[in-house]
Amino acid sequence: MKLLKTLGLAAVLAASPALAQDDPLQVGFIYVGPVGDYGWSYQHDQGRLAIEEHFGDAVETSFIESVPEGDSERVIRRMAQEGHDLIFTTSFGYMTPTVRVAQQFPDVKFEHATGYQRADNVSTYSGRFYEGRVVQGYLAGHMTESNIIGYIASFPIPEVIRGINAAYLAAAEVNPDVEFRIIWVSTWFDPGREADAANTLIEQGADVILQHTDSTAPMTIAQESWEGLSEGERGIYAFGQASDMMEFGPDARLTSIIDDWAPYYIDRVQAVLDGTWESEDTWHGIDEGMTSIGAFNGAIPAELRKGAMDIAIAIAAGKRHAFTGPINWQNGEAWLAEGETADDGTLLGMNRYVEGIEGTIPN
Amino acid sequence: MDLSSLDFVALFASLIVAATPLVLAAIGELVVEKSGVLNLGVEGMMIMGAVTGFILAVTTGIPLLGFVGAAIAGAALALVFGVLTQVLLSNQVATGLALTLFGLGLAALLGQSYTGIRPPQTASLDLPVLSDLPVLGRLLFSHDWVVYFALLLVGAVWWYLNRTRRGLILRAVGENHDAAHALGYRVVAIRLGAIAFGGACAGLGGAYLSLVRVPQWSEGMTAGIGWIALAIVVFASWKPSRVILGAWLFGGVTILQLNIQAANLNVLAILALVLGVVAAGLLIFNIRRLNGHLMIRSAFIGALGLLSWSLALSFPDFQLDSAYLSMTPYLTTIAVLVAISGDRTRAALNAPASLGRVFHASA
Repeated sequence: MKLLKTLGLAAVLAASPALAQDDPLQVGFIYVGPVGDYGWSYQHDQGRLAIEEHFGDAVETSFIESVPEGDSERVIRRMAQEGHDLIFTTSFGYMTPTVRVAQQFPDVKFEHATGYQRADNVSTYSGRFYEGRVVQGYLAGHMTESNIIGYIASFPIPEVIRGINAAYLAAAEVNPDVEFRIIWVSTWFDPGREADAANTLIEQGADVILQHTDSTAPMTIAQESWEGLSEGERGIYAFGQASDMMEFGPDARLTSIIDDWAPYYIDRVQAVLDGTWESEDTWHGIDEGMTSIGAFNGAIPAELRKGAMDIAIAIAAGKRHAFTGPINWQNGEAWLAEGETADDGTLLGMNRYVEGIEGTIPN
Repeated sequence: MDLSSLDFVALFASLIVAATPLVLAAIGELVVEKSGVLNLGVEGMMIMGAVTGFILAVTTGIPLLGFVGAAIAGAALALVFGVLTQVLLSNQVATGLALTLFGLGLAALLGQSYTGIRPPQTASLDLPVLSDLPVLGRLLFSHDWVVYFALLLVGAVWWYLNRTRRGLILRAVGENHDAAHALGYRVVAIRLGAIAFGGACAGLGGAYLSLVRVPQWSEGMTAGIGWIALAIVVFASWKPSRVILGAWLFGGVTILQLNIQAANLNVLAILALVLGVVAAGLLIFNIRRLNGHLMIRSAFIGALGLLSWSLALSFPDFQLDSAYLSMTPYLTTIAVLVAISGDRTRAALNAPASLGRVFHASA
């Protein structure tokens, strides 16, 4: 009996806030791909490492990689049960599972990347990747010779459709003859399938490829087209996605959209440590540095490099928007009038192509 | 709807490339299953082959050495499974699944410093004259040696299983290990040999992925190909020649699906085309033993083709969600499973009777 009491006392002591504060803050991450994808998940893991570096012993981090979206609820719950204080779930498909687990663990704080469902203990955050797509579209429209631009898309969610529309509008603005060929691969990470998709697009005449999938395979395929070319000939161009991908396409890579999560992650961990964490919605772009543009390929003519740079600066300053009218939807229905700019609500729910893009979006 | 934008030669050529890892992994697993062992660790052995082959090819600069190393690595990992299941009598299903997890983890560890490196190119067998032939050259004579090796291997396995005494013994071990044991055959040794062969084939398939199809190393790059290889063995109802058919079907549907999307084609027209070709092929290949039954079947398929063609003409804008097309190989596998289980004699002929059963010599 006495022993039981002692044990009970110990449990009370251990649970008391005074002692708990000496424990490092447990921060967990759940990734949809492997950290070695050198794309999306890699970039999130760089953010995790930045937390470790910044906070030292005050914070302990852990991660689980390659978690299928369909099976994520079990993994998120396990992470919450293991005593994590703050959990980052970093794929769109984790949205509903995150909110569901969050209801069962009101004391655990959740941060969901790219979603729109929030709760008292669930924040959402994302980058305005479409701002980078404007720069890509501008360069793609100028650099293409076949006027066929290939686009490897993952899942038909607003974020991906927004990127296609933004890139197309920017490309069509500088090159009215440009045509987008879009392949939906129904995966975030499958190098074999992404490579097949890149090859298919190249066979169908695309000479510039954009991707919204997480592996470096399309970049590698584009780079392969530069092997054994003689002076003056050119191969296929591509853009780095999520991460810089410079080493995967020294000739092929025109520039890249780089996601930099580290400042945001450090902010949020600090907020938990300070006790000021609140459920918020963060959507940062080029201005705040969450979306950034990688170095330009030397093969891009100087005036185009300047033009691309000017676009990025104008977007950051709020002087240019990816979606400024007149813009119609694919079926000809009017969306934005002359000079009108899209509001965030429409952007977040975007589920159809703009006028000029051929093909249908899978359901 | 413009079928001319589809380059069927290029399509078939990339189909063969996409199918080669499947052919290799599936023919290896077929031999394993014929010996009565169910090894579900194909994915793990493939990715070990992918990483080992990549590392060896990069460090030595000789792709051939990469493939040899991949085969050895695949066989070595398979023998871990072999020792566990055949000597220590562990459960085959559980051990196979564990092998996949182990292989994925170990490969990620080994490959850590090899991302972003380009492997030496595996040369195509540019056969003089033959590869310059207009259509056939591109289709049949312009691939790398692994493609031909895979097809030869399937032929060799067929010959071994059906025309040699050792093949007969291997099959006997798979059909009834107790009887084979009573006859004095060394069941465990034969099975270990088959397991090692299966592992070597899976390793080769993995190396083909990282050295030719993608070509790069990234974590988790097999992305489920090993599981499809397992499905193909069932689809092929344990017959080597059908392994090629199954791999081409799975690979072909993937490639076709990507092409249809990129070119914005009407799926119904493609379906009509495929059905037409199947009906014609059925007639041509069986012209010597043509009977009423076969005529009716061809006419039926042809009529279906005509029906979908007329549907395609009446709904020129019809677009099928690509997910449905991705489903077809799996639906076909289920259909084949139903068909072979419905026909008891054929099922008895094909599925090895001792598949997955534990053999203990003293029993």
